[in-house]
Amino acid sequence: MSRKLLLEHINVPGINTLEVYRQKGGYRAVEKALKTLTPEEIVEEVKKSGLRGRGGAGFPTGMKWSFLAKPEGVARYLVCNADESEPGTFKDRYLMTYIPHALIEGMIVSSFALGAKVSYIYVRGEMMPQIRILEKAIAEAKAAGWLGKNILGTGYDLELYVQPGGGAYICGEETALLESLEGKRGNPRIKPPFPAIAGLYGCPTVVNNVESIAAVVPIINDGGDEYAKIGIGRSTGTKLISASGNLVKPGVYEIELGLPVEEFIYSDEYCGGIANGKRLKATVAGGSSVPILPANLTLKYANGEPRLMSYESLSEGGFATGTMMGSGGFIAFDEDQCIVRNTWNFARFYHHESCGQCSPCREGTGWMEKVLHKIEHGHGKMEDVDLLWDIQRKIEGNTICPLGDAAAWPVASAIRHFRDEFEWHIKEPVKSQSQNYGIANYATPIEKAPVTEEK
Amino acid sequence: MLKVEEQTPVVFSSELLAKFDDVKSRYPEGKHKSALLPLLHLVQAEYLWVSTPAMDKVAEYLNIQPIEVYEVATFYTMYFLKPQGKYALEVCRTGPCCLVGAEKILSHLENKLGVKEGEVTADGLFSFRGVECLAACGFGPVLQISPEYTFYENLTEASVDKLIEDLKNKS
Ligand SMILES: Cc1cc2nc3c(=O)[nH]c(=O)nc-3n(C[C@H](O)[C@H](O)[C@H](O)COP(=O)(O)O)c2cc1C
Ligand code: SF4
Ligand code: FES
Repeated sequence: MSRKLLLEHINVPGINTLEVYRQKGGYRAVEKALKTLTPEEIVEEVKKSGLRGRGGAGFPTGMKWSFLAKPEGVARYLVCNADESEPGTFKDRYLMTYIPHALIEGMIVSSFALGAKVSYIYVRGEMMPQIRILEKAIAEAKAAGWLGKNILGTGYDLELYVQPGGGAYICGEETALLESLEGKRGNPRIKPPFPAIAGLYGCPTVVNNVESIAAVVPIINDGGDEYAKIGIGRSTGTKLISASGNLVKPGVYEIELGLPVEEFIYSDEYCGGIANGKRLKATVAGGSSVPILPANLTLKYANGEPRLMSYESLSEGGFATGTMMGSGGFIAFDEDQCIVRNTWNFARFYHHESCGQCSPCREGTGWMEKVLHKIEHGHGKMEDVDLLWDIQRKIEGNTICPLGDAAAWPVASAIRHFRDEFEWHIKEPVKSQSQNYGIANYATPIEKAPVTEEK
Repeated sequence: MLKVEEQTPVVFSSELLAKFDDVKSRYPEGKHKSALLPLLHLVQAEYLWVSTPAMDKVAEYLNIQPIEVYEVATFYTMYFLKPQGKYALEVCRTGPCCLVGAEKILSHLENKLGVKEGEVTADGLFSFRGVECLAACGFGPVLQISPEYTFYENLTEASVDKLIEDLKNKS
């Protein structure tokens, strides 16, 4: 069994209550941080831990914290990003549902480290049940003196509020989230200025994912160096992986970074293999935005070496033969799944969620959706595949926020690895309506290349 | 959609206004516009949709222009700008849920209820629509029912039938 830092007590009855959470050692990190550490020392521990943001971009959390501007007499804010809307990702909802105090404890320690006196947890509006769970937990924590005025007699004051969103994927993007929290449409802001300089209400602000903030608790309890010993290379610690699609046991798993992908998919400790005795065709390893990979490149690099669940290993080979860790939303496709249909579905999603500020994103996502719809329904032309390639290239890198890239990559990678399937749909407009292309050679194992001696 | 003349004026109850005041107290001086999204949720929980007169009242309460409320209410997908069924069923239609049968559930609902997406059944009880990923992909297909946002996972056609029967009996 691998080490669990976030979900260790998930199955303890009543762990959602303050009482049981305390019995299991909860709020020790708050005591340690507020009574024995300075804010600078906490930032230092988080830096040492090597923790990388769990929201998708993987930016080192300690470094992000150290960029926070601290002008005299200006409020600073910590905003927790609990918008979780990336298709394939459902770990934050899980954590908040079952161990809400882990997030609240993390928020208290992190707010203290950043000098925030008021912090917000921005939860997507659809998670009303989780909002109620968090509000109840906050009330419990406040009644017990972990929040409010003069916490533990240290003179530190903190108010923590839950803010609901209104249903918009784009509000997961941090500047759109801040706009939304200010009561406006979720249009991403042009950066710079970055939130660390001018964020919520124009004040210095840190936005962090739920899992990043919860990870601060074990980092403070055990020390940054201890945390950094777990994992592999620059992928330190544990990571929550949301596993969905055609798996025997989909769900949320806490893994030590560096676990072989093959073990994650097939071992009984994790997903238990592909459902219904089928074969694996493809995966999207990090949430809908990251490149899709055929089964063989999921399990191994192009040179035959095994691929691991880590930031570096998942991106090994660049976009040509690799993908990204993203938010850890691991989606598995069995041999009966249609890549064209899924690509169309994702394109439809991004078109629906585009905020409409930039033409390449607004027009491009709609155009891709239309072309993919045509191909999927047997009305495609051969030149449509190149057209799609052309459109996605014109979106990538030409937009205000990364949603444009997020919409382009799934299309690009599907064409890169599954072009023959798109072409089959076009050549077989009738057959493709009732039959699947199947697994082709996507699962053919990649043999390890013979080692050539370097002279 | 925003035809004011067709909609009857609303008067917010003192209980609702007390909830408004509580929300407003969460933000710093002068930043009360932040309360807008939570307030619209409170309005929707009360009336099951957000009418133009209700939006105008919210604008008045927050001391902002009505257009500032309209632009927010139309941007976000959760706010219903016309009346829905008493039970508004929302089924996730995004990729991962489709891998495990979400599209079948949607067409089953359409047949079962005898209405198209977005329409209300004759008895006023049900409406349904497809929505995007609800952060429960590992437990798909999933649906939620506003205004409580109760959640139903691992749906099958049989479990959907049962759910609809239960809701009918409840009302
Ligand atoms: C379109 C888009 C959607 C995003 N959605 C989320 C989200 O739902 N949750 C999240 O934590 N980060 C999301 N992010 C990333 C955030 O912008 C931000 O990088 C993150 O919250 C920072 O937290 P971290 O450093 O702890 O990862 C999204 C980014 C983009 C461009
Ligand atoms: S890239 Fe798309 S979502 Fe992002 S700001 Fe531009 S239009 Fe909006
Ligand atoms: S795809 Fe349906 S909940 Fe995520």
